[in-house]
Amino acid sequence: MSLLKVEGLSKHYEGRHSLLERMTGRPHTVVRAVNDIDLSVEKGEILGLIGESGCGKSTLGRAILRLHEPTKGKVTFDGTDVTALDAAQMKAMRRRMQIIFQDPYASLNPRRTVAEIVGLPLRLHGLARTEAEVREKVAAICARVGLKPGQLDRYPHQFSGGQRQRIGIARALVSHPEFIVCDEPVSALDVSIQAQIIALLLELKREMGLTYLFISHDISVIGYLADRVAVMYLGEIVEMGPVEQVLANPRHPYTQSLMSAVPEVDHAGRRKRVRLTGDLPSPLKPPSGCKFHTRCPLATEACARTAPKTETVGPGHSAACLRLAENLSLLDEVPA
Amino acid sequence: MTMTADTPAASESIFRRNLSNFAANRLAMACGLIVVLFAVMAVFAPWIAPHDPNETDLFRRLQPPAWIAGGEWSFVLGCDALGRDILSRIIYGARISIFIGLAVILVATTVGILAGLAAGYLRGWVDVVISRLVDILLGFPYLIFAIGLMAMMGPGLWNIILALAYKEWVIPARVVRGETLVTRELEYVEAARALGASRTHIMLREILPNVLSPVIVVATIRMAHVIILEASLSFLGLGVQPPTASWGSMVSDGRAFILEAWWVSTFPGLAILLLVLAINVASQGLRDAFDPRFSE
Amino acid sequence: MTDALLEVRGLRTVFETRAGRVCAVDGVDVEVRRGECLGIVGESGSGKSVTFASVMGLVRAPGRVEGGTVLFDGRDLRALTPAGMRAVRGRDIAMTMQDALTALNPALTVGEQIAEVLEAHDETLPARGAARRAAIRKTSVDMLGLVGIPSAETRLKQYPHEFSGGMRQRIMIAIALACRPKLLIADEPTTALDVTIQAQVLELISDIRARLGMSVALITHDLGVVAEHCDRVMVMYAGQVVEEGPTAEVIGAPRHPYTQGLLASIPRPGLRGQPIHPIEGQVPDLIDLPPQCRFYSRCAQRRDACLAPVDMRAAGPLRRARCILIGEDEA
Repeated sequence: MSLLKVEGLSKHYEGRHSLLERMTGRPHTVVRAVNDIDLSVEKGEILGLIGESGCGKSTLGRAILRLHEPTKGKVTFDGTDVTALDAAQMKAMRRRMQIIFQDPYASLNPRRTVAEIVGLPLRLHGLARTEAEVREKVAAICARVGLKPGQLDRYPHQFSGGQRQRIGIARALVSHPEFIVCDEPVSALDVSIQAQIIALLLELKREMGLTYLFISHDISVIGYLADRVAVMYLGEIVEMGPVEQVLANPRHPYTQSLMSAVPEVDHAGRRKRVRLTGDLPSPLKPPSGCKFHTRCPLATEACARTAPKTETVGPGHSAACLRLAENLSLLDEVPA
Repeated sequence: MTMTADTPAASESIFRRNLSNFAANRLAMACGLIVVLFAVMAVFAPWIAPHDPNETDLFRRLQPPAWIAGGEWSFVLGCDALGRDILSRIIYGARISIFIGLAVILVATTVGILAGLAAGYLRGWVDVVISRLVDILLGFPYLIFAIGLMAMMGPGLWNIILALAYKEWVIPARVVRGETLVTRELEYVEAARALGASRTHIMLREILPNVLSPVIVVATIRMAHVIILEASLSFLGLGVQPPTASWGSMVSDGRAFILEAWWVSTFPGLAILLLVLAINVASQGLRDAFDPRFSE
Repeated sequence: MTDALLEVRGLRTVFETRAGRVCAVDGVDVEVRRGECLGIVGESGSGKSVTFASVMGLVRAPGRVEGGTVLFDGRDLRALTPAGMRAVRGRDIAMTMQDALTALNPALTVGEQIAEVLEAHDETLPARGAARRAAIRKTSVDMLGLVGIPSAETRLKQYPHEFSGGMRQRIMIAIALACRPKLLIADEPTTALDVTIQAQVLELISDIRARLGMSVALITHDLGVVAEHCDRVMVMYAGQVVEEGPTAEVIGAPRHPYTQGLLASIPRPGLRGQPIHPIEGQVPDLIDLPPQCRFYSRCAQRRDACLAPVDMRAAGPLRRARCILIGEDEA
């Protein structure tokens, strides 16, 4: 059984309306930030979630943790329907499901010391009987993530970005959770620091038997560390499957163009570039039919009318595109 | 192994750093010192004042300051229409001004912080109610309403405080609400929620410490304002009742003799000016010190 | 020598802070040749942006350019008056910023902002009147067309907030290119953008460079971007240049341990299952640095000799690197 199962999860935001607009019965504008998502994460696995800004990947991560209350759908964690829990039960559940944030500057309270920040989960959940025990557990996890004992009483502004991210990781892990949403944990860091944090996250996962939902916009990072990957576009998952398969044989034209757009050190200039025209459409007015059709080089008239269904294209590999059967690839056209 | 950490050796809190920023600003420091001097003067008035402020002496009626012919050095700033020592009355008057200023600001700031936090963090109907109340109160002309209130409740120290604080809380409430709206969206607040923290914990422990700096700055500026308002009420005869010395009523007392005995109104007026100016400059300094853009 | 458009020698820029002197740029040499795209790679604090702010005369207090020469097209830019420097900026050298939203004036339309640059620098414009306005308009429309913004006529009347992030970056490029500068300094032009948009913008820059024959200095933290778009690359670390040379050579066989570490720490799908080898530690504090190799504390190959100042050494016909190991290899 999967550790985490997400079924039909949606998060819609309603546009603000004035009283006058409501009285005149103007139709609601609804932003479908996350729309009818199904996915599951196995215990001990890293599911990579990739997409561009505004695609809803962070909202999905937060909706799973009920940091943003889902509009529809169900999240089952270890057999428990998380969406049905009351406040007290949810609080208890939060010990087991944690999140690491992108911005190491915004995610730590500037007025609290490291010891206070990392000790908070222990206090909230009564995981230590005495202050000495809090201190001891805080010191242990901080040492594990690579902070020095002398740094515990310092304030966040006294640390560099990479060290701050380590503090955020210590805070997420001190209560020994089982599942972590990693929301772009390395995107704000310098390249050499990025590698340190990725290595640390992988070590910790192995040692503590963790399961990650790893959100990123960087296909290289996902390709390196994830077991499976889900590709999001405008609130929907367009392709999902084992990383090796999806990277070797991407079936959705969006995945293909995403892969071709990443500048890579390794095979510079040897790759065909898929040029996407235009920008991400506004989620306020999503395109009809297949949401990618406005930018898709393969789009036909049918794509503007019919929304594609998710189809299985290989073992554990699925994609949602009307032209899957034709087996087209934007990347195939590379001149040898 | 040499590992160069880019962190300062000693641990220091942001608050302490702000204070040292403040200390670096000489003018603000000097003004802060003036405010402290006034406060010391108020607290130790009985020991500092050369005379009893309410002791009348009709032989000294409108006696001029010491450096003018007819003055004497034991009554440096001269005497008022009842022959009371102006310097002593100013020293005792500082008690009223500073006590009322502090009390009003303390009450208003506490209420304002709680209201602002609740409105900014809880949103929904709480925000609607508080925000509308703020809007309504802001529409009231301050002094006219205070005068009406005083007329209704009658004079008295606590009534003055109430009449001045009834809408003073609106200012910190608006500041806190605005800051809270920004802070609640920051990831560390979300992190606290993700850890299972309660709303009270988030409001008081995560958000409050981070919205406090602007409130402190606003509170000092408003304190100067409240001192002027109190003086205005006393000037109109609605403040502290005679014979208690109050700067506002002293200015008012001297009005009738302004041509022949300018010192009766002028010195208490200067005291108001000096204290208010000092508070304002000091709070400017506080604002600069607390503004993160000025600290590296 | 003749083909160098920009030639910087021994540039030194310091910032006086309360904590001490920060030497953000310490003896940096840069050469941008005519028509080439030079990539400048480094992490935050490496001094890559400050170097070019110094070249442009845009370093603000408490920062100060302390030494070095900046020759542009044979002229010494550091000897110019502020007015002389203003004439160079925008006309001969143009710069685009990372954050297009804050770099554009929100209160002016895009057309007005392009016109502003033309008014200031374009001497070929008719003196005044309708002819001048028409010329400005025509150039503006051409510029938007050049950067691939459709329906330029209407777009000129819009404000920056009416454009998406990628479009704003294009507009900034259009403004930068309005006077056909000889050198475009692009400071992290795509960092704030999504990959698919990033690809568009980078291709646009390469494309325009080829068409206008200008030089580009591309400041970035992304070695991938450099690999795909730059002829030569210069790697900076803690205020110094540590390695430079033709892109393919530097990336194919890096000589400096920092460049090697940087390349080894990029996660790639090809390395799945293998541990990555991050560079341990962090960039040293730039305040009162000892005169040793700046990478010493993080270098896996450090030795006692590294505690003395290290100069750039030739590491091949077109390459240089700042590491004592380089002489030894050859020996």
